This record gives sequence, C-alpha cells and structure tokens, in this order.
Amino acid sequence: MDFVIEAQGLKKTFGPFVAVDGISFGVSRGECFGLLGPNGAGKTSTIRMIYGFSPRTAGSLKIFGLGIDEGLRQIKSRIGVCQQENSLDTELTVLQNLEVFASYFDIEPSSARRRAEDLLKFIALEQRRDAPVIELSGGLMRRLMLARALINNPQLLILDEPTTGLDPQSRHQIWNRLEELRAGGLTILLTTHYMEEASRLCDRLIIMDHGRILVEGKPVDLVRQYAGRDVIEVSEPTDRLRSFISSKGLPHDDLGHRLIIYCDNRDQIYGEISSQYCQEGCILRMATLEDVFLKLTGRELRE
Amino acid sequence: MTRQGPFRISRRFLHVWKRNLTIYRKNWKISFLPPLLEPLFYLLAFGVGLNALVGSIQYRGTEISYIAFIAPALISINIMYNAFFETTYSSFVRMYYQKTFDAMMATPLFVDEIITGEIFWGATKSVIATLIMQGVISLFGLIDYPAGLLIIPLSFLGGMAFAAIGMYFTSIVAQIDIFNLPIFLFITPMFLFSGTFFPLETLPAWAQQLSLLFPLTHLVSLVRALAFGVIEPALALNVLYLIVFTLVFFPWSLVKMQRRLIK
Ligand SMILES: Nc1ncnc2c1ncn2[C@@H]1O[C@H](COP(=O)(O)OP(=O)(O)OP(=O)(O)O)[C@@H](O)[C@H]1O
Ligand SMILES: [Mg+2]
Repeated sequence: MDFVIEAQGLKKTFGPFVAVDGISFGVSRGECFGLLGPNGAGKTSTIRMIYGFSPRTAGSLKIFGLGIDEGLRQIKSRIGVCQQENSLDTELTVLQNLEVFASYFDIEPSSARRRAEDLLKFIALEQRRDAPVIELSGGLMRRLMLARALINNPQLLILDEPTTGLDPQSRHQIWNRLEELRAGGLTILLTTHYMEEASRLCDRLIIMDHGRILVEGKPVDLVRQYAGRDVIEVSEPTDRLRSFISSKGLPHDDLGHRLIIYCDNRDQIYGEISSQYCQEGCILRMATLEDVFLKLTGRELRE
Repeated sequence: MTRQGPFRISRRFLHVWKRNLTIYRKNWKISFLPPLLEPLFYLLAFGVGLNALVGSIQYRGTEISYIAFIAPALISINIMYNAFFETTYSSFVRMYYQKTFDAMMATPLFVDEIITGEIFWGATKSVIATLIMQGVISLFGLIDYPAGLLIIPLSFLGGMAFAAIGMYFTSIVAQIDIFNLPIFLFITPMFLFSGTFFPLETLPAWAQQLSLLFPLTHLVSLVRALAFGVIEPALALNVLYLIVFTLVFFPWSLVKMQRRLIK
C-alpha cells in the first residue's frame, strides 16, 4: 500500500490531560479519510501533529513516507491546511491573501498570481478578487481558506471542519469542489461534525472519542454494521411499545420522549408499530452515519 | 517542554517581513503621519514654549539651544516606540486575534522564522519613521551632515533592540491589556530618564548609573552625538550595549515564543 499518512500509537498530552491516546491509522494515496468525533475528541490535536504544528508526545508518524521529525520542512511544503479557525489577512484583498500565502512556500510572484487566479475561478470568487477580505461573508471566507490551502498544489489536503457555520448553499459548493479534487486524485484528510458531509465525501473514516478510535471503516459498512438498514423513530412511546420491542429483542435507544429502533425488515415491524403502538408520531427512515455516531459516542453533551 | 533543537532560521523569515510591508503599504498614508507631525508638535511645544524658560543648555562644553538638545531625543524615542509597539500590540494582535502565526505555521515556515520576521519588521518600522522624522528635523537645521547619515543605520540597530524586548513581553503576556505594565514600568521611565529632556548629569549619581541600563540612554547618546557631528571612540561602548541587549533579548524571545506557540 502507498500510504500518505501512517500513524502508529500517536499520542498527545497536555500536562496530565490525554487529548489523543495512542491512535493508529493509515491514509492511502487518493483517499478521502474522515476524522469524526464529538467536541474535544482530539481531532484537531491529531491533525496538528500531522502538519507539524504540535510535537507529538509519543508514537510514530510518517507523511509521504518521511518521518515527521526529519522531513518536516519538506512535508510542510507538500501539505495544504485549512484550519478550524479562519486566519486570513483581513487587511488585504482576496487576491493578495493568496499571493502573500504563496510567498511562504517560496512560489515565484508570477506563478503565484496565475495559481491564485485559477483558484479564485475554482471557488467562484474571481469577481471579488480585489475586495478586502474584511468585507466577505463567513461562507466566502471559508471558501477563500480552502483556496489558500491549495495554493502550493498540495499532495495532501487537510481540512479541519471546512464547512462549519456555513449555509446549505455554501456547504454544497464546497462539497462539489472537494469532490472534484478527490476525483483528481488528491489525498484528503477531513474532520467534520456533519455526518452527511462525511458520508458523501469520505472513502473511509474513523470515529474517535476521548482520544481513542472507536471504529474505522467505510461509511456504508459502518451504517450497516452499527445501525442496520432502517430506523424507526417513535415520539412519546408507550410502555406497551417498550414491552413489544423487548419481546422482539430489537436493538433500540430509549430517550424517554423518543424511542429509536434499529431494524432490518422494515415493512413488517414498521407496519405493526405504526398501526398498533403509535400515538404521537412515528417515522421510518434509512439508517445514517449519524445514528452510528450517536450510538457509539452517546448522547450526552460534551464540553 | 524544553526547546527542541537549535534555532531554525533561514532567509524565509523575509517572507514574513514582506507580508507586514505589504500591509503597511496599504495604510502608508496613515502610517506616515505620526513621525511627520510628532516632531513638529514637540518642536513647537518645547522649542517655542520651554525654550523661553530653559534658554540654553551645556552639551560637550558648548552652549546649545534647548530645541537642538531635544531634537535627537525625539528621534531616539521615535525609534523606540515604533519597534516596541510593533512587536507588542501589533504582533500580539496577529498572534492572538488574527491567528496569522497559526496560518504561517502550516506552511514551510518555522516559528523562529516567523518571530525573526516580526522583529526585523519592527526594526524596519523604526528606520522608516526615522527617515521621515529626521527629514523634518533636518529642515530646521538641527542635524549635522554627513555624520547625521549614520543615524539611519543606527535606527535599525536601536529598532532591533526594542523590537526584541517587545517580542519578549509579547511571549509572556496573557492578554493585550497587560502591556500597560511594561509600558508603565519600562518605557515611560526610559522616556523621561534617558537623557532625553534634560542632561543625565543633573540626576544624582546613583540614578545616572541606573539609567545606563536603559537601552534608550545609549541610543540618545549616540543620536545626539551624531546630530552634532561628533564621532569618537567612546561611542563604540554605546553601540556595544545596544548589540549585547539585542543579542540577549532576540534569542530569548525566540525561545519564549516557541514555548508559547508550539502546543
Ligand atoms: N493547547 C491545549 N492545552 C490544553 N488542552 C488542550 C489544548 N488543545 C486542546 N486541548 C484539549 O484537548 C482536547 C481535544 O481537543 P481538540 O481540539 O483536539 O478536539 P476536537 O476533536 O478538535 O474538538 P472540536 O470538535 O470541538 O473541534 C480538548 O479537551 C481540549 O480542551
Ligand atoms: Mg477541532
């Protein structure tokens, strides 16, 4: 296998606190790999070790087959990073932001200009090229962050929550762009809180919590394995329904005012429940990655 | 965490310097005003106002006007302010609020290069401000040439000293308001007691000795000597002090910044 990222026992502690607890995973060339987990799971801490922002506490990490300690400058020059927080030069224009950033990679001004203009077309921002960044909306800033991460033609693109806080239009726009990049063979490491985004973009993903990996796999496989094919959601479930479920031995989550039942033979059970046990509302839907996520990481609030 | 390995500085620090220059050039009209107007205000207030009270002052055995005495001090203070405020407030804003350093750290730049670029930029601002202010002051015939030309490279050295210690403070303050403290305890005493507005000799001996610790004291001595066309071996000691001061605080601020930024 041709691995772009190889992490073995990767660990990060802050004082006594363990943020990343010895995780191992590999990302192969051309793959879009997802890093999922609740707030504070350790996603950003993991990513920061990968692009050389934070030194790791333990474990080994190879990027492009190079050890991160020896090859750091070279690795950094071949990675594009879109950080969780926007860090644009707000005093500069859209185009200048890209040009200045290109200079950090030692890119010649003339090719930087060409590359910047291509990228502005790519993210549909060419009309705003001379606008000061401070005037851009959140969605446009995020798109510019994405373009900036691509300025050095990276072989690995790292995206930390690229679409958080965006409206559906902007989010779909970014997804389309990322799909194009993936189709072009770019390796992508992505964190997100949107399960729809992860299902759509990721070839493979891990769900982590408290610094550990809970599961790893392809989105569809994980859904099949942990949530089944279908989900029935019942609001205000009765005790009669609860005993029916128990007697059938159906896997479920009881949230008090809401019962979530995981099942495979949709028609039969749904028919029975909706006709005999359902008083408030009752829906049948496909199981999603979100079901897997909530099932594995629980429903309590984090941080 | 202790420091990992040696300092990693290449000429790439110039990219950081250049970035700041790009932004400075966008606002140059505003940035040009303070060093242009400030000496005029001071020369008006002190020159016309205080001059009448003070009359003349003894400098190296000759009588000089009060205004000629303070003009070099104004340039020196300007050097101090430009570098110090750049690597304190401005660098802090870039580091803490704008996340500029975070963005740079995701590129081939290393922290040492980012901070070096910031410090050199602070010193560069001192040079720019000196060029403008010295130009204005020269119009009043208060600077002797060609010796006065040496004030320009000197402004870079002075700028490095104050930019380095400014960056050192930036590496340790938790919030931006805390800069009030070094300003109150370090910058203001220097502003007043570095031979700026009255000769050091009027202070008690202990205070004179103490003031020798201030980098501004040495900078004022140098700029004043050059403004009067005096170039003598003793000045080398003042230059040496500024160099040593820089050589202490520059690496120290790199170490502290590395510790602050790398998590
Ligand atoms: N510099 C730091 N010092 C101390 N603790 C930290 C530091 N950075 C992160 N942490 C802690 O490490 C844990 C993991 O943080 P991390 O940012 O990696 O989470 P995350 O999965 O990215 O969360 P989110 O979804 O909220 O972005 C959190 O509990 C956080 O408080
Ligand atoms: Mg995060």
